[in-house]
Amino acid sequence: MAKLSDEQEMLRDMAQNWVRGESPVGAWRKQRDADTAAGYDQAVYAEMASMGWTGITIAESYGGSDFGWMSLGLVVEECAKTLTASPLIACAIAARAIALGGSAEQQQKYLPAIASGELVATLAVDEGPRHDPTQIATSVTDGKLTGTKAFVAEGDSAGLFVVAAKDGLYLVEDGAGVTKSRRHMVDHRSHAEVRFDGAAADKLTGGGDALLDRILDHARILTAAEMLGMSQQAFDQTLEYLKQRVQFDRILASFQALQHRMADLFGDIEMTRSAVEAGLGALDSMGDNGDLGQIAAIAKARANDSLHRMSREMIQLHGGIGMTDEFDAGFYLKRARPLEAAWGNSSFLRDRFARLGSY
Amino acid sequence: MASLAETTPSAEALDAFRLEAREWIAANFPPSLKGVDLSRSALEAPSDKSPDREAWRIAMGDKGWGTPTWPTRYGGGGLSAEEARVLQQELARAGASNPIGGMGVMMFGPTLLEFGSEEQKMAHIPAICRAEVRWCQGYSEPNAGSDLANLQCFAEDKGDHYIVNGQKTWTSGGQWADKCFALVRTDKSKKQGGISFLLIDMHAPGVEVKPIKMISGLSPFCETFFTNVQVPKTDRVGDEGQGWTIGKRLLQHERTNISGGNRMGGGVSLSELAKACVGTDAEGRIADGELRARVARLEMDGRAFAATAMRVAQEGGVSVASSILKINGTKLMQERSELLIDILGMQGLGWEGEGFTDEQIEAVRVWLFGKATTIYGGSTEIQTNIVAKRILGMPDMG
Ligand SMILES: Cc1cc2nc3c(=O)[nH]c(=O)nc-3n(C[C@H](O)[C@H](O)[C@H](O)COP(=O)(O)OP(=O)(O)OC[C@H]3O[C@@H](n4cnc5c(N)ncnc54)[C@H](O)[C@@H]3O)c2cc1C
Repeated sequence: MAKLSDEQEMLRDMAQNWVRGESPVGAWRKQRDADTAAGYDQAVYAEMASMGWTGITIAESYGGSDFGWMSLGLVVEECAKTLTASPLIACAIAARAIALGGSAEQQQKYLPAIASGELVATLAVDEGPRHDPTQIATSVTDGKLTGTKAFVAEGDSAGLFVVAAKDGLYLVEDGAGVTKSRRHMVDHRSHAEVRFDGAAADKLTGGGDALLDRILDHARILTAAEMLGMSQQAFDQTLEYLKQRVQFDRILASFQALQHRMADLFGDIEMTRSAVEAGLGALDSMGDNGDLGQIAAIAKARANDSLHRMSREMIQLHGGIGMTDEFDAGFYLKRARPLEAAWGNSSFLRDRFARLGSY
Repeated sequence: MASLAETTPSAEALDAFRLEAREWIAANFPPSLKGVDLSRSALEAPSDKSPDREAWRIAMGDKGWGTPTWPTRYGGGGLSAEEARVLQQELARAGASNPIGGMGVMMFGPTLLEFGSEEQKMAHIPAICRAEVRWCQGYSEPNAGSDLANLQCFAEDKGDHYIVNGQKTWTSGGQWADKCFALVRTDKSKKQGGISFLLIDMHAPGVEVKPIKMISGLSPFCETFFTNVQVPKTDRVGDEGQGWTIGKRLLQHERTNISGGNRMGGGVSLSELAKACVGTDAEGRIADGELRARVARLEMDGRAFAATAMRVAQEGGVSVASSILKINGTKLMQERSELLIDILGMQGLGWEGEGFTDEQIEAVRVWLFGKATTIYGGSTEIQTNIVAKRILGMPDMG
């Protein structure tokens, strides 16, 4: 665990308490059963906003607390442990794009609304089912944007899209020329197809050529923080179960084969934790420039692989009960895969890492 | 190791059989069922009685070819292993799947053929060969999973019958089954030695099932409760106390089946799918190098696995080797499922509704359900213990 400031520790404890008390996995189960396109409870997001979480990475001048990415990462990790559904990550990423690339007017127009939790904003990049930011056909003529974005996270509830077009990022508000179609996926969260048909678009002119990559790296690191939280919880819960379940007149945790398995998983998740914390730390320390590419690739690829493995082991090590809908393990498995695919699966990220290393 | 000198039917005889099979399939297989996998519905869904399915089931049942190698005396096909393989190839060629399946065929039938009395075989095997009776497996209990011998479901001796009380769980297809082969305790003083193998009528008074929902969204298994269920002693297979031996043999059949070793390759080609989804480089190779290596590895391991399954079959039926098949076969199936959805990306993660094809949704459900294969039939960990102890002779601690 990274060395935290007193404020960060307070924030983490607060998040932990809130999640345990107000947003246990049972809350997600209810949300899942409610089967809404948005995939989260607006009242819950409002509550998160009232605790200041929606403004953690937004400047104080725009109503945020500018408390940094490590801090947001702590909150994201805690929320992920119980699969608390919200557009917290999507909004933080979109806000970052506006902060880095937007004009003062654009920032003034949108950042306070995102910081207060009133506006849901999200990044819309991919146009196919596999992450590939080099394949973008969306184009803009005379301020009108046309193109179709696939599996847009939180797309169903978003009021503002940060859209990647051939010549850069654009802000597009929900409204005329924007059509959202729900895609009901295995994690029961929002991944909408969003069609833009000559929608009014406002370019983000700042941030330079590398803006999209930089924003994607933010998304990778924050998503990795979510995945770390899920891995940690899946691990903790499995360890707890093995210490209780008796077969052959002894607790399962006393079998050496399982001890070694758990010890190995523990080390694996710890390595991922270091990688994720390095990523969050880099977002805080590198300011607006610095080279994030490899750091983000490590964090997300590790998180992908750890969660992939842990989400399977959680089911396996619970035996039959792990296969039931009544038990929580399935939720982690089902959320894991869309997150693994988001912003680059591991082979994409390893390729990116190697390219950035010139090999 | 398969001996090269083994006698096999002459090539001409096999060719003639191939022709016969091909003609019979052409005359009897309803084209509407082409490409439809009938084996899974025998396990994971209520019986489908639509006319074409019924016609095909009856035709195959009459012919005995649903259970091709079983003796004709009991309604089987009486074919040699080679002929059965030819039949399987011809069915696959016609896009026909075997409508005779389920637990009766996969595990109970072979076990009864080995351990049952003549009366029991005559009473149960023909109906299995015709898929007229559905069987379920009453082994696991809440506190007897991996430690199966810890089972407590009790059969009290009442002279010519037993009165059975207790709970089973994870009973696959229990809600659709007519009969259950169950392990019950007839003696509380011995662990393994106190277990007997009973055939229980699922429609008898005192049998209650409660379906359990699975992560795949289906409810293909149940909790099963027996309350004062009367079972005639003639429905005990083997002697009292012999249940553990018989039950373990049945598990070997189950494991061999779960491993997929009996099935031919099939399903979508991952390499073609990968090419279509991620594109190819100038030389026609899958553009994503890591993905290409993963696909190749899976295909290569799949071939090695098929060769292993073949070798085990040639070496003489089910044995502890079934553990090796199960460990590796289920691992490969799970990897294949994971790779399939990985190749499809987000498109491979649909739950229902607009934007996904039926095949894509099916792949997701299969992926989720497939996680059970390393758990049921004795988990991978338990198989690994069996290999270490029974094949490698590595002793228990203390
Ligand atoms: C989909 C599905 C269908 C099923 N269908 C049937 C059915 O039709 N009939 C039936 O009777 N049963 C059925 N089962 C039950 C199945 O056989 C049991 O789930 C299985 O035996 C494991 O038992 P358990 O669930 O109690 O897990 P546990 O025994 O509690 O095991 C939990 C974990 O600990 C591991 N473990 C246990 N002991 C050891 C050890 N000594 N060393 C190392 N690791 C160990 C296990 O491998 C597993 O990973 C089904 C199960 C599933 C999931």
